[in-house]
Amino acid sequence: MASIRLERITKRFPGADAPAVDSVDLDIADGEFVILVGPSGCGKSTILRMIAGLEDITEGDLYIGDRRVNDLAPRDRNLAMVFQNYALYPHLSVYENIAFPLRLHKAPDEEVEERVRRSAQMLELEELLDRKPSQLSGGQRQRVAMGRALVRDADAYLFDEPLSNLDAKLRGQMRTEISRIQSQLGITTVYVTHDQIEAMTLGDRVAVLRKGVLQQVAPPRELYEQPVNLFVAGFIGSPPMNFMPATVSGTTLELPVGRMEISPDMANRVAGHEVLIAGIRPEHFEDANLLDEDRRRRGLVFSERIDVIEWLGSEQYAYIPFEAPEQVRRPLEELATELDSEQIRTQLVVTLDAESRVAEGEPADLWLDPSRMHLFDPESGENLTHGSGVDARTLASA
Amino acid sequence: MRSRRTTVLWALGGLAIVAYTILPVLWIVSLSFKEGDDINNRKFFPSEWSLDNYRTVFDTSLFTSALRNSVGISLIATVASVVLATLAAYAIARLEFKGKRWVLSTALAIAMFPTVALVGPLFDMWRSLGIYDTWLGLIIPYMSFTLPLAIWTLSAFFREIPWEMEQAAQVDGATPWQAFRKVIVPLAAPGVATASILVFFFAWNDFVFGISLTATDRARPVPAALAFFTGESFFEQPTAAISAAAVIVTIPVIVLVLIFQRRIVAGLTSGAVKG
Ligand SMILES: Nc1ncnc2c1ncn2[C@@H]1O[C@H](COP(=O)(O)OP(=O)(O)OP(=O)(O)O)[C@@H](O)[C@H]1O
Ligand SMILES: [Mg+2]
Repeated sequence: MASIRLERITKRFPGADAPAVDSVDLDIADGEFVILVGPSGCGKSTILRMIAGLEDITEGDLYIGDRRVNDLAPRDRNLAMVFQNYALYPHLSVYENIAFPLRLHKAPDEEVEERVRRSAQMLELEELLDRKPSQLSGGQRQRVAMGRALVRDADAYLFDEPLSNLDAKLRGQMRTEISRIQSQLGITTVYVTHDQIEAMTLGDRVAVLRKGVLQQVAPPRELYEQPVNLFVAGFIGSPPMNFMPATVSGTTLELPVGRMEISPDMANRVAGHEVLIAGIRPEHFEDANLLDEDRRRRGLVFSERIDVIEWLGSEQYAYIPFEAPEQVRRPLEELATELDSEQIRTQLVVTLDAESRVAEGEPADLWLDPSRMHLFDPESGENLTHGSGVDARTLASA
Repeated sequence: MRSRRTTVLWALGGLAIVAYTILPVLWIVSLSFKEGDDINNRKFFPSEWSLDNYRTVFDTSLFTSALRNSVGISLIATVASVVLATLAAYAIARLEFKGKRWVLSTALAIAMFPTVALVGPLFDMWRSLGIYDTWLGLIIPYMSFTLPLAIWTLSAFFREIPWEMEQAAQVDGATPWQAFRKVIVPLAAPGVATASILVFFFAWNDFVFGISLTATDRARPVPAALAFFTGESFFEQPTAAISAAAVIVTIPVIVLVLIFQRRIVAGLTSGAVKG
């Protein structure tokens, strides 16, 4: 096992104007499980491949343990990798596929036998050892690919979207499996994924990338509650965070759904920005009629007409359209295209208790929790309320 | 679904083609078993089946030495050509280097060169180089004419093999050479088989070089040697003996095709990546 350290790692592909990976700093501790997420083309695979040694590093230093490995060939880095499309050797049996790295290291036959059996047992591949990859299902191939990685005593394990080709059910099973194996073996792991759920459930820490630039590295919970900017806030969470235009004058914050007072400290932080983007997660709204007087008073109560309701049994989503000024609409539209979301960003998505009796097409009394609100600079996207001691909780309700 | 009618038509068409191609072969086989004057019997089958012609052929040193030459020269040319072509095709499929297109198009140009145009100059050169009438003197032209074809065939096969296969091997701890030998070559086996057959057939069937660049038993291959066959007496046509020799040289071709057919057809890469 070993730690992995990326210091200002940059990758420029010949012919491309913008770097694919731009000055990324990342410290992965020994035994840590780090997830790389970001929209398609943001450079996740490139980072992983640079760590593995399959791609040259243009600038910066890469350390595995205490050793700088920039110029080492892949075979000398002692890392194991699971490729997105598995890359099994079609001419070898499952047994020989798993044994392949051991054979290359000239392990004696008894040791090969023992270790292949052990990892086959762990991945429930014992019955399949004599088959060829072409005779396996997608999930079985995936497990063989994992087996080929786990059979080794590698310093770290790299996964490039290993579950992306599986159906939802199998993906769920394999997710649990990977999580179990990783914590059981305590191996240093870097895991690339597109998938929100994988990102939030698997890792110790999640690194969010955007166009090759690292946005934030934090434990899933912090990422969710304390996004540093509009991009991270919009990327993490499903349904995504609601963004509304907000204007400040003095200590009064005006939202499309009403106005509220903010603390002088907060007013200070946002001073100089006339228009802001306010972000609130869907679950920080509630049906006002279901709340006790005390909680009601701590939040902003407003009345809006509900456009559509989706009832899911355990909860329901209500959709409420609103008007946004050009200044705010533009950055939000850009964000939407960047995140590939079809969501029309000028509507609120609100998660309500399944008990709630609000109805489609009728006005409803809703409540929002201002202590959970984030304020973003529309120009830079920066979260102005990030790390403000008690966070946005310093916002005082009207 | 195809209708019955079209199926029948296809079958008839196929049968016609098979008959058209196989009748001359059968005719030669039948001739080779006819004894003495029996070749004039105006019947398809010999009046009496006889192995005389085969005995005659194997007793003629002209034929046996030619057979030895043919086998040796063709095998060496095939192995050398395929090994070189495999390495070259791999470089072409995997590496970016200056002049890659140039290499490929020159190779194609060479393959299209008419052989007869080269025979004259080669004859002169080989004589002054002292490799006229040697195995080497035939192996070189065979290789230069078959390499382009082999390179093209093989690079098409290499291109089909996912890059990641090899990268996976490297991450697993293989040197580039090990990755090539243990992963790429086995996966390209159908391609290698195809290329080998093409090269072998070219060398085995060649007549032009064989007759122009040899003078004696030292290097003369079978197709050229057949031209020197004579009958029992000067007035007798050696048709039957030539037929027997022709049948003998056809056997390796058939055996090769039967051996490699399965490999060529088998899609070895299936199951390599997501299905
Ligand atoms: N060999 C290459 N040559 C030139 N550009 C490349 C090459 N490989 C990747 N890129 C570019 O680098 C950027 C990052 O690619 P990368 O494969 O790392 O994205 P990714 O985050 O893994 O995306 P995905 O989620 O779709 O797999 C992309 O814009 C891509 O076009
Ligand atoms: Mg990728």
